[in-house]
Amino acid sequence: MQLYRAHVLVCGGTGCTSSNSNKIITELEAQIAENGIQNEVKVVRTGCFGLCAEGPIIVVYPEGSMYTMVKVEDVKEIVEEHLVKGRIVKRLLPGASNKDQNVSADSNDFFAKQHRIALRNCGVINPENIDEYIAFDGYKALGKVLTEMTPQEVVDVIKKSGLRGRGGGGFPTGLKWEFAMKQEADQKYVCCNADEGDPGAFMDRSVLEGDPHSVIEAMAIAGYAIGANQGYVYVRAEYPIAVKRLGIAIQQAKDYGILGKNIFGTDFSFDLEIRLGAGAFVCGEETALMTSIEGHRGEPRPRPPFPAVKGLWQKPTILNNVETYANIPQIILKGPEWFASIGTEKSKGTKVFAVGGKINNTGLVEIPMGTTLREVIYDIGGGIPNGKKFKAAQTGGPSGGCIPASHIDTPIDYDSLIQLGSMMGSGGLIIMDEDTCMVDIAKFFLEFTVDESCGKCPPCRIGTKRMYEILERITEGKGEEGDIEKLEILAKNIKASALCGLGQTAPNPILSTLRYFRDEYIEHVRDKKCTAGVCKSLMHFEIEAEKCKSCGICAKQCPVKAISGEKKVPYVIDQNKCIKCGVCMEKCPFKAISKKA
Amino acid sequence: MKSLAELEEIRKRTLDQINLRTNNQDIRVVVGMATCGIAAGARPVMNAFVEELNKRNLSNVAVTMTGCIGMCKLEPIVEVIDKDGSKVTYVKMTAEKAARVVVEHIVNGRVCTEYTIAEADK
Repeated sequence: MQLYRAHVLVCGGTGCTSSNSNKIITELEAQIAENGIQNEVKVVRTGCFGLCAEGPIIVVYPEGSMYTMVKVEDVKEIVEEHLVKGRIVKRLLPGASNKDQNVSADSNDFFAKQHRIALRNCGVINPENIDEYIAFDGYKALGKVLTEMTPQEVVDVIKKSGLRGRGGGGFPTGLKWEFAMKQEADQKYVCCNADEGDPGAFMDRSVLEGDPHSVIEAMAIAGYAIGANQGYVYVRAEYPIAVKRLGIAIQQAKDYGILGKNIFGTDFSFDLEIRLGAGAFVCGEETALMTSIEGHRGEPRPRPPFPAVKGLWQKPTILNNVETYANIPQIILKGPEWFASIGTEKSKGTKVFAVGGKINNTGLVEIPMGTTLREVIYDIGGGIPNGKKFKAAQTGGPSGGCIPASHIDTPIDYDSLIQLGSMMGSGGLIIMDEDTCMVDIAKFFLEFTVDESCGKCPPCRIGTKRMYEILERITEGKGEEGDIEKLEILAKNIKASALCGLGQTAPNPILSTLRYFRDEYIEHVRDKKCTAGVCKSLMHFEIEAEKCKSCGICAKQCPVKAISGEKKVPYVIDQNKCIKCGVCMEKCPFKAISKKA
Repeated sequence: MKSLAELEEIRKRTLDQINLRTNNQDIRVVVGMATCGIAAGARPVMNAFVEELNKRNLSNVAVTMTGCIGMCKLEPIVEVIDKDGSKVTYVKMTAEKAARVVVEHIVNGRVCTEYTIAEADK
């Protein structure tokens, strides 16, 4: 056995990989070899640490020093200073303010308020090494379940823990398992929904990339509980790193005999396969997902019968989300009481959010249910950039809605979000500041659902398109009296009549923005104004004559030659030619050009 | 995998290797590795510590480095810090002395008084 005096953990999540963490690993290994310390220092590629905005991220143990925004050129310094001489490279610590207490990742504000259950191993272990997962109690829960518990006991533990589906709906997981367990059938299936399709959500990807074995273990536990010997992970092909690591993990588990026949010497056998999705949003809906696994075109079908009765190939099937599964082994090991002690009365445990938009610490956070939005934005998220004001947060992606600033102190859980007209969704959390136009946001999400509608049922296929057309008109300044009411009627009808979750929730972004920001809609329709200055048709650029020094830079930069003028005379924009790209405003050295509503 | 015992064996073996990433270390060995320390031979001392700990499977000990403690003439200086925070400072260390510190101090809990800074002052 080889012990190392230092471990250098480099994030290999999608975020950090795209900002070159692979090259950093190569350079680290080269520099370490050059300094002759390759037998003392180990380099490990891990999953996502969560602080994606600051990536690529490196953590050096035993100190636990976290380096952020590391460039390939910084590697030499880290090796020579930290690894050879033991001097922490302070300029690369997060926040760059270099307070001493910021040295360790654990004491950073971003991590201090989090409670990591689903993400417990992300950024700690090497996801491509099953031994490291086992070292942190991996597959112990499966062992316990197979040797000490009956299927009914497993279901009872999950029920008692209060775990609810993390994919969005929040259905009690234990109940779902119980339905499937009680079905008599010669064959049952366990499926995992890793078809994460909400714009801006990436927690399932991060779990698969950082800790794939936790999902495999939980699926085997689920298989034992309901009496299934076959599982499928439905993951989108757009997640190449996740697919690769999951594939490696399944192979390792098979090699160890943790998947396969007679696991741990018991009668229980379980096998797992990956099915790749082609990225259709509707395939995240459970019946469409199963239809797609069966090899058909991914379209939903009416429920009932529910999948627990007739699912995959008409056999009883359970389908849970990646994050839901990632919680299971911990619940088995630590007990349902432990899990139920975290969170709120009706929402137990933690939730992972992918925080994005106008926020300083873009990334992945796992918080106990009941944490307020204010804590997420200002304590963990580091606040809004440029001192702008918080306007609203969007949760639940295209099926969700927004939480306005007036509700910033609401504790986040399943029920409070529903009450606010939004939903938990899979956990995308998009923060919007005062420069965001809510009509435009509604249009953005609707455009997404129009694109992603499978076309099987008319309310969704035609209805969402009509709503989109109305929104388009409003944002172009062609809104008419009565448009808002038309939107409302359409929204209610689509909600009531669409076949699946996609259509039923598609009007949510409109309904929730209408609920909190109706004034903005009215302003667009009646006054033809967009106060946030986002809707291009409703704003224009102007040059302030007093500030203009006639330098001519704007005219040179203008791609459509809409600006003219001469020396000593203020320049003017020809509004008929202007395409409102905003380049002139950016380039003006005297800040003489501004947006006007 | 046919038994839980097998799983437990893998768990223990790997945990030893990655214990470094938890806060479960009982003892920290801090080696002064500034220019003065390195010039006085701190690197072989640190290697000796790592090697000796490896030999004995002592995964609850972290070996880290630090800068100049300020008494350059006594380098290489090594501090051994227990979990309760008590600190013993060894001076003028060599690889051989390091091996003894591991056996005497870290394994058996007996401070090697003759190598400590208190002795050097006499």
